[in-house]
Amino acid sequence: MMRTWQSARRLLPLIAVFGMVLAGCGREDLSVLRPQGPAAESSLGLMKLAISIMIVVLLIVFSIAAYVMIRFRRKPGQNETPEQVEGSFKLEVLWTVIPLILVIVLAVPTVRTVFALGDNHSGDKNAIKVKVTGHQYWWEFEYPDYGIKTAQDLIIPAGKDIAFELTTNDVLHSFWVPSLSGKIDTNPTGATNRFSFSAPKEGVYRGKCAELCGPSHGFMEFKVKAVSNDEFNQWIEAQKAPAVLPEDPALAKTFKEQCLKCHAVGDQGLSVGPNLTGIGSRQSVAGILLNDDTRQDGAPVEENLKTWLHDTQGVKPGNRMPDPSKDMGLTGDEIDRIAEYLAGYKLN
Amino acid sequence: MDWITTVDHKKIAILYLWAGGLFFGIGGIEALLIRWQLIKPMNDFVDAQTFNELITMHGTTMIFLGVMPIIFALMNAVIPLQIGARDVAFPFLNALGFWTFLFGGLLLNLSWMMGGAPDAGWTSYTPLSGTAYSGTHGVDFYTIGLQIAGLGTLIGGINFLATIITMRAPGMSFMRMPMFAWTTFITSAIILFAFPAITVGLVLLTFDRILGANFFVPGGGGSPVLWQHIFWIFGHPEVYILILPAFGIISEVIPTFARKRLFGYSSMVFATILIAFLGFMVWAHHMFTTGLGPVANALFAVSTMLIAVPTGIKIFNWLFTLWGGSVRFATPNLFASGFIPTFTMGGVTGVMLASAPADFQFHDTYFVVAHFHYVIVGGLVMGLFAGLHYWWPKMFGRMLSETLGKWTFWTFITGFHLTFFVQHFLGLMGMQRRVFTYLPNQHFDTLNLVSTIGAGLMGIGTLVFLTNIIVTSKKPPDAGDDPWEDGRTLEWSIPSPPPEYNFKQTPLVRGLDAFWKEKTAGNKGMAPAEPIGSIHMPSATPLPFIMSVGIFIAGLGFMFSRDHFGSALVSFLFNNYIVTGLGLLITFGAMLMRSLYDDHGWHIEPGELEGR
Ligand code: HEM
Ligand SMILES: [Cu+2]
Repeated sequence: MMRTWQSARRLLPLIAVFGMVLAGCGREDLSVLRPQGPAAESSLGLMKLAISIMIVVLLIVFSIAAYVMIRFRRKPGQNETPEQVEGSFKLEVLWTVIPLILVIVLAVPTVRTVFALGDNHSGDKNAIKVKVTGHQYWWEFEYPDYGIKTAQDLIIPAGKDIAFELTTNDVLHSFWVPSLSGKIDTNPTGATNRFSFSAPKEGVYRGKCAELCGPSHGFMEFKVKAVSNDEFNQWIEAQKAPAVLPEDPALAKTFKEQCLKCHAVGDQGLSVGPNLTGIGSRQSVAGILLNDDTRQDGAPVEENLKTWLHDTQGVKPGNRMPDPSKDMGLTGDEIDRIAEYLAGYKLN
Repeated sequence: MDWITTVDHKKIAILYLWAGGLFFGIGGIEALLIRWQLIKPMNDFVDAQTFNELITMHGTTMIFLGVMPIIFALMNAVIPLQIGARDVAFPFLNALGFWTFLFGGLLLNLSWMMGGAPDAGWTSYTPLSGTAYSGTHGVDFYTIGLQIAGLGTLIGGINFLATIITMRAPGMSFMRMPMFAWTTFITSAIILFAFPAITVGLVLLTFDRILGANFFVPGGGGSPVLWQHIFWIFGHPEVYILILPAFGIISEVIPTFARKRLFGYSSMVFATILIAFLGFMVWAHHMFTTGLGPVANALFAVSTMLIAVPTGIKIFNWLFTLWGGSVRFATPNLFASGFIPTFTMGGVTGVMLASAPADFQFHDTYFVVAHFHYVIVGGLVMGLFAGLHYWWPKMFGRMLSETLGKWTFWTFITGFHLTFFVQHFLGLMGMQRRVFTYLPNQHFDTLNLVSTIGAGLMGIGTLVFLTNIIVTSKKPPDAGDDPWEDGRTLEWSIPSPPPEYNFKQTPLVRGLDAFWKEKTAGNKGMAPAEPIGSIHMPSATPLPFIMSVGIFIAGLGFMFSRDHFGSALVSFLFNNYIVTGLGLLITFGAMLMRSLYDDHGWHIEPGELEGR
């Protein structure tokens, strides 16, 4: 076992070169090639090993191919019949054994990593438990130990293991944060999946749904925000605080009657739809309208909320939220004021 | 009319070729539309729903209706000739297989005009493919269309098994059989074992959708993961059904143009069998992220990697066939030589995908899209191009233009690598597959643009090939019996195109590469194994066509059995299964006629044979 691993290490220089080439690829908060956590690192380690072996194979095949195609090309006037070689036992054994060795070199660390990543931390007292539920086309995150739910933004304390339990409310989805970890499907309850990852560094990471789940599958994005322990605890407390409703009682009434039929804020409403508590401080609206006051990579949160509420189907085709003006009878003005209120609903 | 009633394997081959070509064209246009939509971020060329229909139909069409029939076309055109037979074992069934495939394919494509194409991906994972989330008839077209088309494939597979087992010319032992005949044989065996799985799966899914059963519906106690197992127990062998014939073609083309026998023939045979066997053991590598647990993932990872070993044997044997040869780069051999490195690239990413923990990252991303297109386009489609250019003179009696052939090759292969190479990186940079668009600023934009340009180039290559066909068909027949001059197998010992009865006298096979052996021994042609005598031929018949029409009507009737139509009469006919019954009546009626009316066929007499 150890020895094969060691022979793999001989490929290290090659791995290092690739590492450097590949590290230039993609965004730090998104790319598989720029891992930000141990789970993604171990996948990438295997990928580098595999790529190195495969490049060696390709180089051999390409050079033999180029050689024979140039060297043995029929020249004008050349008309003799080459010797009809039957084969060569020795050569054939050679190219059976070499691939076999290469396969073993890759198989050993593969199996080892499979079992290492199989560790799901569900019994670990220090791990933060999160129940992930996939919905067409949004993500719900529940923290059973704290009794809170949130949506679209997964807040986690940096450096801690997060023990996930994943299911879906409708069709299959797949939970994927490329820079932190590989993906895992969300199956219906009964086939609940568990896995775990951690994000050592504070920051925001982009997550995606990776299993075709309907028209807006490509828009089923989310963010993972790793914060310090203190910030995390503050956030938990703020989430538990009683709901803040619009100041204008008429608007508050409309909001409660129409929006809280499905959504929840603080201790009020239902969570059929995404929980809206503190939506003003989220990274995005609907997972894809990026909140950015500098307007470089999106728009301010209030504008995004208006965009969403005025045209939900336009933003995310096929999503299951009723249209505020057509289905709920809200006026344009009411919609704008609700957007304004939600944008101001911040947790910090 | 002649074409509707024919049972001649050579004509059926041409039917398969045109029909497969038609569907390949449709699938290709779908691919170009998909690529056009992805040319830039947040494009709105097609909407999300249409996009999902496009990817579903593109994948389904290409695999079941595009490349499989073209494979069947080549098998039909070549196999009986290569083994020295006068036809396939069951000519009537052969025609039936073609017509059920065609009507299944037509049914599937009717969905574009009848209120929505299937939209749940070619894998049709439940619950997305259930009525609750896919409300149009799209997925019904998928289940029923594929069921009917699959019937044709199964019939074809069984037919080739029987043909190869029973109809080889005297002296042609299994170990003297050409490689293409071998891969056809193994492919047919895979069809025999894999297609029943999808048949059962499709029946269960049809019951879920039309009769309200709950096999795959979680709320009703069904299991979506069960569908994935059934689908991939079929689906993984299916990719070997596709690639093995390409291996066979390459193993024919390379020796011919290197003027050298295939290196390591027996290890090639052994490797083919091993690949087929392993192909059945590794389905769950499509399901690493489903949550099967580390033990299953480890086992399937290792068994998948093992497939690299027999595949490697093949690659090196091809290279060493070229080694020391006298290699001529006519168009078929250009494609065959382009195949080797290209397919190897698809193969190595396959091994990378097999490493389960790495696959957690690759799965369902553009890396996978790149991988399987390297295998099916870079491998199979290149193999088919090689085979078509190679056997075209035998099938049609005309040589394709070499100049246009070279243009096809260079545009196609350049376009191919441009399109798919960059997709590996898109996947690694975080782009999932099956997304109808993507947000800007993710570093996806340039590579997607490159990919779309490449797809356009491949389209051009295909158009050049079409031009070649048209130009060639206008020319007078010019192909000799052995137009490549170095033909090694039996099909090159008879005229191009072959007469209806193929061999005036069944040839006697004296070794591997039978025709080459006779040529090098200084003989003009094959030694006959029988005196000239009267040749029995099967009669033409419209019954296979009629039976397939019946199945087609029954399928439509069943699909719409729950619908309400504007007219009460139409609703009545559909809702009481009268349309379904009518269709089945046509089919069974035709079957009954076939059994009651004994058709002994006809004979070509020696006098007629000599008269030519
Ligand atoms: C003409 C060249 C082709 C191009 C440009 C092309 C392009 C594409 C693209 C862009 C996708 C969608 C990827 C995604 O988001 O999932 C796709 C999917 C697919 N393609 Fe192709 N393709 C081509 C030829 C083929 C051929 C010849 C085959 C099979 C023989 C094939 C089989 C598939 C399959 C099975 C899928 C997956 C469909 C699904 O997700 O359900 N493609 N192709
Ligand atoms: Cu999705």
